[in-house]
Parts: sequence; structure tokens; C-alpha cells
Amino acid sequence: MSGELLLFPPSASTAATHLDRLMLALTLLMSTVIIIVGALLVVFCIRYRRGARMPRANAPSRSRRIELIWSTGPLLVFLGIYAWAAHDFLELARVPADAMPVFVVAKQWMWKLEHANGRREISELHVPVGRPVRLTMTSQDVIHSFYVPAFRIKQDVVPGRYTTLWFEATQTGEYDLFCAEYCGTQHSLMRGRIVVMSPADFAAWLDRGTQQPSMAQRGFALFRSYGCDGCHGANSSVHAPKLDGVAGRTVALADGRNITADDTYLRDSILLPARDVVAGYAPIMPSYAGQIDEADLMAIIRYLHEGAAAQGDEDEQRH
Amino acid sequence: MSNGTERVTEADNYLAAGTTLRSWLTTHDHKRIALLYMISITAFFFIGGAAAVLMRFELATPAGDLVSHDTYNKLFTMHGVIMVWMFLIPSIPAGLGNFLMPMMIGARDLAFPRLNLLSWYLYVGGGLFTVVALIAGGADTGWTFYAPFSTLFSNTHVIFVLFGVFVVGFSSILTGINFIVTVHMLRAPGLTWFRLPLFVWANYATSIILVLATPVLAMTLLLLAAERLLGVGIFDPALGGDPLLFQHLFWFYSHPAVYIMVLPAMGVVSEIVPCFARKRVYGYRSMAYAILAIAIIGFMVWGHHMFVSGQSAYASLLFSLLSFLVAIPSAIKVFNWLATLKGGSIEFAAPMLYALGFIGLFTLGGLTGLILASLSADVHLTDTYFVVAHFHYIMVGGAVMAYLGGVHFWWPKIIGRTYPEMWGRIAALIAFFGFNLTFFPQFLLGYAGMPRRYHVYPERYQLLHVLSSAGASILAIGYLLPLGYLTWSLFRGPRASSNPWRATGLEWTTSSPPPPHNFAQTPIVTEEAYAYDSSADPKESRA
Repeated sequence: MSGELLLFPPSASTAATHLDRLMLALTLLMSTVIIIVGALLVVFCIRYRRGARMPRANAPSRSRRIELIWSTGPLLVFLGIYAWAAHDFLELARVPADAMPVFVVAKQWMWKLEHANGRREISELHVPVGRPVRLTMTSQDVIHSFYVPAFRIKQDVVPGRYTTLWFEATQTGEYDLFCAEYCGTQHSLMRGRIVVMSPADFAAWLDRGTQQPSMAQRGFALFRSYGCDGCHGANSSVHAPKLDGVAGRTVALADGRNITADDTYLRDSILLPARDVVAGYAPIMPSYAGQIDEADLMAIIRYLHEGAAAQGDEDEQRH
Repeated sequence: MSNGTERVTEADNYLAAGTTLRSWLTTHDHKRIALLYMISITAFFFIGGAAAVLMRFELATPAGDLVSHDTYNKLFTMHGVIMVWMFLIPSIPAGLGNFLMPMMIGARDLAFPRLNLLSWYLYVGGGLFTVVALIAGGADTGWTFYAPFSTLFSNTHVIFVLFGVFVVGFSSILTGINFIVTVHMLRAPGLTWFRLPLFVWANYATSIILVLATPVLAMTLLLLAAERLLGVGIFDPALGGDPLLFQHLFWFYSHPAVYIMVLPAMGVVSEIVPCFARKRVYGYRSMAYAILAIAIIGFMVWGHHMFVSGQSAYASLLFSLLSFLVAIPSAIKVFNWLATLKGGSIEFAAPMLYALGFIGLFTLGGLTGLILASLSADVHLTDTYFVVAHFHYIMVGGAVMAYLGGVHFWWPKIIGRTYPEMWGRIAALIAFFGFNLTFFPQFLLGYAGMPRRYHVYPERYQLLHVLSSAGASILAIGYLLPLGYLTWSLFRGPRASSNPWRATGLEWTTSSPPPPHNFAQTPIVTEEAYAYDSSADPKESRA
């Protein structure tokens, strides 16, 4: 038999450092509480056991002051814990602007990952140490969850929408990647590894993948082959929104709302074009639902992010 | 309080009111229906437990060497579905509550006796149907039925299981309605709301949850069936649906359902602790208000199951805050039980051991619940064994310990015979030890990243899994022992007096087992509940 008590599991990201600090505090606090509760329980049980000679007359059965103390005391402590954890959580929700993008498509029972330069991996992710990495994720079938215990991060990967997760590895090495949301027969085999490399090693590793076109280049090719440029291209005679620099911009919709053209919006506009029509345009675009697979959709969206630059420049994403 | 030792002749009690199978299956007596419930609940408990034992055997090694992936997935689904809907939810309310609610308020029966019998038929019919579906075919969705896996991807008998659970839900709703009406309409003269035993308060609050939340489960299951059978796009994005919608609907029921399981357990403990400490429960009013607060706030925290689901971060901030708030009334209850012990005259009979075990295990379960309510910690811990450990501390360490405590406490009243006290104490201690050995290592597993619902796992987790499996076999002994000696007591146990624990409460003023209509004449209540006096208590142990 192998294994250990695992009291101090590997910790290899900035988030892990923060969480371990919080957990240490919580563990100390809660051990104190459980010890006090347990000790009081045992002490009362021994002191006031039947037959023990103890004064028992007039034992109080209520005291507003004491009850007020033990209601508001925990409340204050709880609010403190809440604020600490919420602060760390918002940090996890705020993706650094310079994060290196990686694209993840989950399916039963594997992870397909693609770097911006077009290098692909299966159930394995190479990343550089000390640099924020942003994962844009979706699922081809059921809900999965991207979980790296050593980084203390997890995000469900949901079909029909993009979810994002970011991390910054602090230690080189290999770490487990688990699917944490039950997804069918081989859920427990939907595992992989995260390989954290030094920046130089990572650059060398990534370079070995430059034979293939970058994601944005592939996206541009798809943009043309699906005929998107027939309407959205610069020379088109069709009255359709021009897409240069659309990604991340605020878009005014026909129904008066304003919406940020994030990746989910771009995805929906391709698959469900009638849902959020841009102000000033007729809802004439056909739906591409069921025609483009998730990896290709991500490539097209990547192209929309990088725009004209992607049409020639291969080096763009390796800034 | 009377310390009567009068014996009743067999013909005068509800057990002797009819001995044929037909007399049992057509009874309208809440006490007999309670027994029907307790027998069926016990059967379901051991079926669900057998699934757990198989899982723990499988998990003793990292490889999948005992059962296949699909079988394992069906086992944890079976365990969850049976334990939640066929055992935990009906256990205390429909079993003990059915017996005690009318007796504690001095009534002859529940408000709607025939509806009560219908509840049991729905429960046992739906339950048997589900169990047959789970054993003969099986479903591999987990008890949570997450879409779109459950609607379009699982190739197992999901529809049958959904149908069974759907039917059982109606039994919950009917029991809830029955209890609410009974408490409002049938209290004995003088029994004002703030003279009610806390067990009645707890089951009353639980009934409100049952009535308000269970219909949402029924609708959700219908929507699942509509998508699975008819291809109506509700949850699957491929059909234009939203998978998070399912989670919101499901947890809108299933989080309050946690309180359906634990509030009645708190009610049981609030009866046992004052009796064996011979002392009025500390802070009675705040205990009652805490029960109501838990029931109400419990409806507003469901999103804490969804912090990593893709739900808005702002929603998560609110759900986290509300989850911390719902812990306050729980903390108040723990402090009040402790304060009840102080100055008491404590006797360590088996029910008290179970109740003390409940207080410790519930406290640890509650504290680790706070860790899970902490947003950044939940990101790491959700869907790992930490969650499994946490909710088993609440549901097994809490609800099952309290249920067993209650069964021992009221056994002499229900059956009219006493159980072997020493065996009861031994079983309580074994269950407490086995429980901790089973589930404490799972906290460590979870923090080290072991995901739940994993059939095979990396080798480094093995040691903790082996400890957990070893604990499970001890826990199993702790549960089989009462099955043995209580069954023995059913036939051979010494006759019990009407009030062997010298407890307060109207149920103890009538004979054991009670006459068919509970009380010779309607009792009149003139004092608050828990009129115990530890200073006046004789030092010698009970007769």
C-alpha cells in the first residue's frame, strides 16, 4: 500500500499561497472552537454527572446577555472570514490583462488544449512559471470541471458557454489535472497533467510547435471558408457589422441594450445570431449552430481578437 | 410528572388493536403508520448502506479491481438517491414525527389520518419502484441528476429513477401539510406555541420546507423528463437550453432539503439532552426562533453549491454571505445545548450518548461548512472529498445519530419494551468511533485534491482511503448492532413502564405502548415544556 496523510499537499501557484494562508487561519480557528466545545462538553458531563456532589440549584435557563454575546460574537468572526475569502475570490475572478491565452475544449473523457500559436495538446498543458495564464474553456458534451489541486483552482467547463480560469504557477514541476464534475463512465480517468517549465524551456517547447498556423491564422482561413467575409469583409456589399476590433468593444443592440462583445457574445452571435442583433442591422445572418466545432469556433474568435495582424504575422502571439 | 409503572393489558394498546397484515396496511392510526414508515426506512437504509460498503471496498485500492466504472457510478447514484429520499428525508419526520407529533401536542391523531396512510403508500410505492429501477437497471447520474448528462448523455434508466423520486416527493408534501395543519389545529388546551416541545417546532419548520420546496423538485424532475423523452430544449445548450438553470432549480430544492434532514434531528437532540441532564433546555425561545431562522434563510443559500459553475461572481458573493448568516442560528443551538448541560444531573444512557455524539459531529460538520461557504476555499474544495466529509458529518454524524438516539429514547414508548441498555451504549460508541474514522480522513483527502465520484484514483491517496474504508466497516457494525438487539427487544425485551426516563412531555403521560387514541382524556397543559429540576433529582439511577 502506498500513500501518506497528505497534510501538506503540493502548492504551486499564487492562488495556492493565498488559499493555504486562509486555510491555516481557518484550521486554527476551527480547531480552537471544536476544542473549546469538546472540552466544555466533557467538563460539564464529568462535573455534572448524576451522583456528583455539585450545587445545582437555580441553574439559569436563559440569559439575554449571554445569548447576545454568543450570537453577535460568531457573526463578527464570520463576517471577517467572509470578507477575507471574498477578497481572494475576486482576485481569482479578475484575469490579468497580460495573461497568456490557452484554449480548452473538454469532451468525454479528455482535455483538448490549444495555445495561441496553434500548438495543440491532449490532456496535458505546458505553461511557463511566473506568468499568468488564462484558460478560455468550453465543453463539447456534458459539464466537466478543470481542477488543478496544486494550484487550488477549479472552474466548471460548461457546454454552450465560455468560462475562464487563470493562474500563475510559482514552481516548476508536474501537477495533476483532474476533471472534478462527474461526467459519465470514465470520469475518474479524465485526468491529465500540467507541466510548469522555466520561461526559456517553455519558449523552446512552444517553438517546436510553429510548423502549424497560429490559431488566429487558422481562424482567418475558417472565416473565409465558412463565407463569413462574404458579408463581414471589407469589400462586401451586404449591410453587416464590420468586425475589425469588435472583440472586447461595447456594442449597441437593436433592442436598446449595450453589451460587451466578449468571447461568449461572439460565440453566441455565430451560433444564435438572432438573439442579440446589433443596432442598425437587419437580423439576416443564418445560424451556424451544429456546423462549426468548438475548437474551430475558438480559432475564429481568436482571429476576431487579433484581426488583420493575424493574416500575415505568425509571431504576433509570442510577444 | 408521573413515574407510573402501571402495565396495560395487551388489548388496550395500539399494537394489539389489530394483528392481521390487513389491519396494518389499512390502518389510520398515526402510530401504526409510523411503524410502517420505520420498518420501510430501515430496509431502505440498509440497501443504501450496502451500496456504500461496496464503494468503500472498491476504494481500498487505487485501481478499479472490484467493479466496473459503470457499476461504481451506479453504486454512488443508488447510495445517494436511497439515502437522501428514502431514508434521510422521511426518517425523523415521517418515522418518529408521525408517532410523536400528535402525542406531544395531546391529540388523538394527525389532522388527516387517511392522507397520512396515503403518504406512506406513495413513499413505499415510489421507493420500491426506485430501488427496483436502481438495482435491476441502474442509473449513473449521481443523486444530483446534473443536465445535460442526465438528459441526453446517460444511457441508463434515468427516467424510472426520476419517476420514483417524483412520487416519493408527493409523500413528503402530504406529510408536511398534515403536520402543519395538526400543529395549528389540534394542540391540547393550554398548549401555547411557546410551550411546544422543540421537537414539534423542528418538525413544524421542516414541514413548511417540505411543502414549499418539494414542488420545485417535482417540476425540475418533470422538466428533465421532458428534455430526455421529448427533446424539449430546457437544459441542454445543444437544444437551446441552459445547464445552469437545472442547477439553480435542483439546489433550490436540495439545499433546503439539507435542513429537512437536520432540523428534525435538532428537535430530537433538544428532547434528549434536557431529559438526561434533568434540566430545562437553555434559551428555549431562541432555540425555537433559531429553528425558524434556519428554515427561512435556508431557502436563500442554494447558490453556494455553484461557486465554480459559471454563476456570476456577484451572485456568489451574496450566496456566500447568506451561507455564513445561516450558520449563526446553528451555532446558537450548539451553545444552548452546551449550556443545558451545565448545572444538570447528567446520566449517560444510550440516547444521551447519541445526542452528545450529535453535538460534537454536528459542530465539526457545521464548522467545515463555513470553510466551504468561504468563496476562495470552496473553489479548491468543492466536488472533492472535503464536501463528501462535510455533508456526511451533518447527515450521518448529525441526522443518523439523532435518529438512532430518538429511536432508543422513544423505543419503550413505541414498543412498550426496553432495549438492553449496555448494548445501546456500546453501539453508540462504536458508531461514533467508526464514523470519525470513516469520514475524518476524507477532509484530508479533499484538501489534497481527491475529487469525489472517482472510481479509480492516484496512488498517493490510498492510505487515507484505506483508513476510511476501515472506518466504514466499524460503522457498519455500529448500525447492525441496534438492528439486532432492537429486533430482539421487540419480542423479548422487558416490559417498559409508561415513563422509564422520567421525561416530561405529554407522550410520557400515557401508557407504553399507548392506547389506540393516545389519551384517555384530552390533557390540559399548564406549564412550559421541559419542567425538569436537576437540583431535586434523586442521585440513584432510574428504576
